[in-house]
Amino acid sequence: MSSTTATAHGHATHAGHHELGFVQTYIFSRDHKMIARQFLFLGLFMMILGGLLALVVRWQLAWPETAVPGLGGILKETSGILEPSTYNMAFTMHATIMIFFVIMPILAGCFGNFCIPLMLGARDMAFPVLNMLSIWTTASAGVIMLVGFFVPGGHAAAGWTSYAPLSAVPSYTGTNWGQNIWCISLFIMGIGSMMGSINYVTTVINMRAPGMKLFRMPLVVWSLFITAILLLLAMPVLTSGVAMLLFDRTLGTSWFRPSGGGEPLLWQHLFWYFGHPEVYILILPAMGIASEILPVFARKPIFGYHAMAFSMIGIAFLSWIVYGHHMFVSGMNPALGMAFTVTTMIIAVPSAIKTFNWLGTLWGGSIRFTVPMLNALAFVSMFVIGGLSGIFMASTPVDIFIQDTYFIVAHIHYVVFGGSIFGAFAAIYYWFPKMFGRMTNPLLGHLHFWPTFVFFNLTFFPMHIIGVGGQMRRIYNPMQYEFLQHQQHWNVFITVSALCLGVAQIPFVINFFWSLFAGQKAPLNPWNANTLEWSAPSPPPHLNWGATLPTVYRGPYEYNAPESREDFLPQWQAPVRAGAPRH
Amino acid sequence: MSPTLLEAPPAGVRANGRTPPPARPTGGGDDHEGEPGPRRPVMANAQLATMFVIAAETMFFAGLIFSFLILRVGAAVWPPPLQPRLPLGMTAVNTLVLLASSAVMVRAVRALGAGDRAAVLARLGGAAGLGALFLTVQGFEWARLIRFGLTVSSGAYGATFYTLIGAHAAHVGFALTWLAVAWILAARGRVDARQPAALKACAMYWHFVVALWPVIWVSVYLV
Ligand SMILES: [Cu+2]
Repeated sequence: MSSTTATAHGHATHAGHHELGFVQTYIFSRDHKMIARQFLFLGLFMMILGGLLALVVRWQLAWPETAVPGLGGILKETSGILEPSTYNMAFTMHATIMIFFVIMPILAGCFGNFCIPLMLGARDMAFPVLNMLSIWTTASAGVIMLVGFFVPGGHAAAGWTSYAPLSAVPSYTGTNWGQNIWCISLFIMGIGSMMGSINYVTTVINMRAPGMKLFRMPLVVWSLFITAILLLLAMPVLTSGVAMLLFDRTLGTSWFRPSGGGEPLLWQHLFWYFGHPEVYILILPAMGIASEILPVFARKPIFGYHAMAFSMIGIAFLSWIVYGHHMFVSGMNPALGMAFTVTTMIIAVPSAIKTFNWLGTLWGGSIRFTVPMLNALAFVSMFVIGGLSGIFMASTPVDIFIQDTYFIVAHIHYVVFGGSIFGAFAAIYYWFPKMFGRMTNPLLGHLHFWPTFVFFNLTFFPMHIIGVGGQMRRIYNPMQYEFLQHQQHWNVFITVSALCLGVAQIPFVINFFWSLFAGQKAPLNPWNANTLEWSAPSPPPHLNWGATLPTVYRGPYEYNAPESREDFLPQWQAPVRAGAPRH
Repeated sequence: MSPTLLEAPPAGVRANGRTPPPARPTGGGDDHEGEPGPRRPVMANAQLATMFVIAAETMFFAGLIFSFLILRVGAAVWPPPLQPRLPLGMTAVNTLVLLASSAVMVRAVRALGAGDRAAVLARLGGAAGLGALFLTVQGFEWARLIRFGLTVSSGAYGATFYTLIGAHAAHVGFALTWLAVAWILAARGRVDARQPAALKACAMYWHFVVALWPVIWVSVYLV
């Protein structure tokens, strides 16, 4: 590339595009916004796959051992009927894909990449090349994970938690290479997430625009910053665990195999030491997204900005000392169990602070029920239900009763679907205009949101009931158990609702692609929001801003501020009168 | 602060061009007069990032070391009967070799501050040489242990030994690669007294890998 005639100020795009070519612009891009889009497409593609796997699982539970429509061509030997091993594989991969390749890429990967530089007033991430490596490492891990479906013996089938010794000895699940590939993929994914989080943390600490003090950062950036720190410290523990598991399976080591002096329970400790912070890795960005969207559409400052930031920091600290609540039935010392009960209940306090602050933000606001706002409100309300059922299970005696039942399945889905996925939808609708330069269609948005909200609840709320009724998670056929037969109608109801929930995503897909190519062109600041990304063009060019970076004069939530004639006062707008700026 | 921090990217940087944008750290905040202004960052990006890499790696090794200790404490007899004992003397000397490489690294960074490029290159080479010597000795020890019948599949004893020591050796190997890159950068003048971050980051990682070894050595060989 010998061109010396290119000019600065971002006007070189015409000449630049011809020289760069497709590959450098769209595939091996170093631009944080393109990388964000790549993470989004990766996550959305995997979401279709993970969702279909969930429907397969649901079909088996409602109409056990009948042919699953559409699977006749894939499961030829059984003409579409799930065998127990295939069923185990389906629920294992549903969870693995949804957690590691849908929610993490969309919330942390996509919106972390998109929001952090734009909302802090940086031209790009601190390490653009590392950023590119991060998406391609994660994408490779995803491809490797998909390869597992095609190896002999099928994919991993020991649950997404892959408890040893079930996962450590190939003959126990009958999967050999599937479980190995699961380990290898998550190992690589751990490296990719480390590259990403190092970038996030460095960018937040070192790359903020003039005036962007830590406590002027938008809360979504705070949440992503804390998420990145949790990722940095939690993922390596999983990485070490899956490495040991892989060695046990392939090299014959004895980390988790009692026959050689190993300790199966060790896996649970390693897994949940990662696993509980992971839950907050999945939910914190959605909390940040809600904190971002609620003030914009309530036209009010966020209630308790500092409390919001500090409660996220508190959650991050506490998330390290609660992991034992996943192991109440593992034979742990009751005194230790008691300690984990107490810490788990304490972690509800910062979460409750956040919830009350969201309600305080809405109180007395002039609320606009746009599609992103509806999704953010769904996040808040569903997170409350998921959080409350979490407190049930924090208590050891209750947990022992409902351990490994559909109650926990209901809880986790209220948190990661009701919480994280509604947060992701809110974020997609909210930042779509900035990300792609076009507005989404509000009618299709409503057609997506309302059925999703209704069928989400119809799908997952009855799971509490059948869980307390005794239905265990991960069972192949509930009809095999006499005491579960009387509530089989709930399983049918849940599956029908789940199918409707799947159908309800069609308007989203149509909306996404239609808006991508034919949506109305987005103005600079369609929501009249205050944060810095709305001062950049839609979509922002490479390096985000023209000649000068924006300067930040105030916090991110000055809606209906008395000193402004408008009902919003952007962070980048210089104060009218000279003098000390507001803090 | 200097206003250049706020200027446009230099001419020649095209949209999504080959050269990454020279994103300069600003670390926003208010200046002493309460006006918004760029603030000098506490640490260069590369060093800050290396700090977080070290934090993550610490968690990785904490996972391995604690798992090892749990198996070690849970075992009735350790080392198990009929298994070879781990060589103490040779590895103690090897520990000193690795610690010496860290000292050489400190002097290399000091030479960079003094602007003495020849000394920087020599000392970086010395640190790398000591690191490579450490790995070689380790390789011979492994070969001997395998000849004595200690393998990865000989129970928790062999499994933990080879996993832990192997994980550390892999990190020394990675650190050596990083050191080679830093050596090339220094040789080409891309790292000097005014832009020391790349070498300082490499040195931080090297010290981390060195400091990790005594912890592993004590828990695996001595405890
Ligand atoms: Cu937990």
